[in-house]
Amino acid sequence: MKANEIVATPLSPRRGGGDEASQYIDLYASQRELICSGSAPVMNAVRDAAMQQFAAQGFPTLKEERYRYTDVAVAFAPDYGLNLSRVRIPVNPREVFRCDVPNLSTDLVYLVNDQPLLEKPIPYVSSLRQACIDHPDIVAKYYNKCASVIPSLSEKGPGGEVLLNTAFAQDGLFVHVPRGERMNHPLQVINILRSPVDMMVNRRVLIVLEEGAEATILLCDHAMDTVSFLTTQVIEVFCADRSRLDLYELEETHTSCRRFSNLQMTVGSDCVVSHNSITLYNGLTRNTADVALTGERSEITMNGCVVADKNQHVDNNTLIDHIAPSCTSRELYKCVADDEAVSAFAGRILVRKDAQKTSSKETNNNLCATDTARIYTQPMLEIYADDVQCSHGSTVGVLDQQALFYMQQRGIAEAEARLLLKNAFVGQVIEQVRLQPLRDRLHHLIDKRFRGELNKCTGCALCEPHPQPLSEGRGA
Amino acid sequence: MLEIHNLHASIAGKEILRGIDLTIRDGEIHALMGTNGAGKSTLSNVIVGHPAYEVTEGSITFNGQDLLQMKTEDRATAGIFMSFQQPVEIPGVSMQQFMRAAVNARRKALGQDELKASDFLRLMREKRKLVEIDSRLVNRSVNEGFSGGEKKRNEIFQMAMLEPTFCILDETDSGLDVDALRIVAEGFNKLRTAETSALVITHYQRLLDYIRPNVVHVLLDGRIVKTGGPELAQEIENRGFDWIKSLTPNPSPNGEGNSRSSSLI
Repeated sequence: MKANEIVATPLSPRRGGGDEASQYIDLYASQRELICSGSAPVMNAVRDAAMQQFAAQGFPTLKEERYRYTDVAVAFAPDYGLNLSRVRIPVNPREVFRCDVPNLSTDLVYLVNDQPLLEKPIPYVSSLRQACIDHPDIVAKYYNKCASVIPSLSEKGPGGEVLLNTAFAQDGLFVHVPRGERMNHPLQVINILRSPVDMMVNRRVLIVLEEGAEATILLCDHAMDTVSFLTTQVIEVFCADRSRLDLYELEETHTSCRRFSNLQMTVGSDCVVSHNSITLYNGLTRNTADVALTGERSEITMNGCVVADKNQHVDNNTLIDHIAPSCTSRELYKCVADDEAVSAFAGRILVRKDAQKTSSKETNNNLCATDTARIYTQPMLEIYADDVQCSHGSTVGVLDQQALFYMQQRGIAEAEARLLLKNAFVGQVIEQVRLQPLRDRLHHLIDKRFRGELNKCTGCALCEPHPQPLSEGRGA
Repeated sequence: MLEIHNLHASIAGKEILRGIDLTIRDGEIHALMGTNGAGKSTLSNVIVGHPAYEVTEGSITFNGQDLLQMKTEDRATAGIFMSFQQPVEIPGVSMQQFMRAAVNARRKALGQDELKASDFLRLMREKRKLVEIDSRLVNRSVNEGFSGGEKKRNEIFQMAMLEPTFCILDETDSGLDVDALRIVAEGFNKLRTAETSALVITHYQRLLDYIRPNVVHVLLDGRIVKTGGPELAQEIENRGFDWIKSLTPNPSPNGEGNSRSSSLI
């Protein structure tokens, strides 16, 4: 099938008065049947309510505290196509794409936009749409429920971009590790954005770890085509008591990509959980991560690393909600902003009245490499318990001039010295990545990124000198 | 090797060096002594090309090259090395990364190929033994968490790796106890060849017991006011600097800029 045969349902033209929300409301009203027929009952069951709420509240504005650094409505204003009729976009990822992390033995899943390609069955992993059909009870128990378990989210309700995702998402990924089980290999999910026309993608990920389950999951975002993409993604994660999860997210797309990702996670007691968010190359990115520690003695590590230049925009907004006592949270976000890039970090740690013996540390360090780059940083600590150990802090700085001089005196050229210092700065975050092959790969990718050798995604054939022609079925 | 003529230099508009003339020939060791703020560290920083200092007059030639026209890194790869008074900590950059970049830059300037990883590690091991530096230190980030003595020893280790032809030891003795001083000085002596020249900056005779200078200069208020043999250092040790000050024809009443210069180093 040729790429131009993809039927993309266009959004209706914008109405006057700058009401960006109405095109989505109209589209939903006219295409509701098509959306539902391309999905499954469990997902369809919550659409109408989400759309109703969206119609009532619209997009968040810059006046809202959690959205003050990213104008959501502007990002959603252009006229994107949506693949509501579920046309399979022709791609054989193995031929055109290698997201190789050497020495890392992983189970691999490709997601083309939001549709999974499972070449062979992987234990505990399936398409979300298929899971709705195969295990409707399990999916229904968790799907779209996470926000209601996180008090600070349920109090304010989901943002407009989350509601849109719930209304339009038709597929995605479902990972369910039963009680006491562990995944044999790390799961690597390669999201590939593909489209011949400007495209909106609504992807949903549901991860459920039952009691004592263990998993390592790596989500990589790439874009193969140079058209504009608008991605909404909602990742719901349920970690039951004594479970262990390492979740990595890596974005390596291009400057015409807009990404709105919302991670919602609840963590039971005695869990060890880490979340690493790495933005290596992007256009406009808003990552929201909300975590509720609902059980005692759990540990969460949240790390983030941002490399931004040109006019790239990265907004990380996190919340760690300490509800239960004796939990530990460690958060470290580091960002390098060059050229005219904008980076924002707002991290809120909430220690509720009953969360005694909480230990929490939040750090945000930024490197502002030019006069024109902008950094916003907002660490927030709210404590309502009286027996806790908490700290938060942030810095914005330039490269250490004395260190530069010292290196130059040893003969290291200024450009190389700057590179070493930038690498060292974000390297602190990468060093905390538990998977060693991934850690090595990330060091390598970040070095390439700073050297300007990472113009788009490194793995895709479009960046290589002799790309394979796109064709479906070859080698299948 | 190094010729300095009528050098004037200032920092933030404040003149620190007021006409320095100094010639150091191949294989010679010159000691530069003087009180705090006399301009000793300014002189060494100007030679290596610290960006904060501005040369307003005069010239420096290094093996016939106009040094003041060269970038800091090019001066280094041409063979000039400064042992820092306060070596800089660089968290996150490992000694190996740092030394490898530096050694390869020097090799490139000498027209040699980059060292293979295995050859580089062997070189690290050899030189480490020479200056008696612990392997644990070279596996860490540059100077991070090093004690004062370890930092100074690390400077000599770097000197061993880079094999410079002209070395500046900027108060290498400050903050060292006698044993550490001996190790550092002996390390330097082992590394010296017949062609190596050095400028040794110090307040005290102590370091010069280990590193024997051919010539001793006294710097006061931005000028070299007295030059002599090794016996001059002994005389200063015995009598202090005041008797030299009284010899100076036109002492400047203004000493405040000097303390500023030393705080920047």
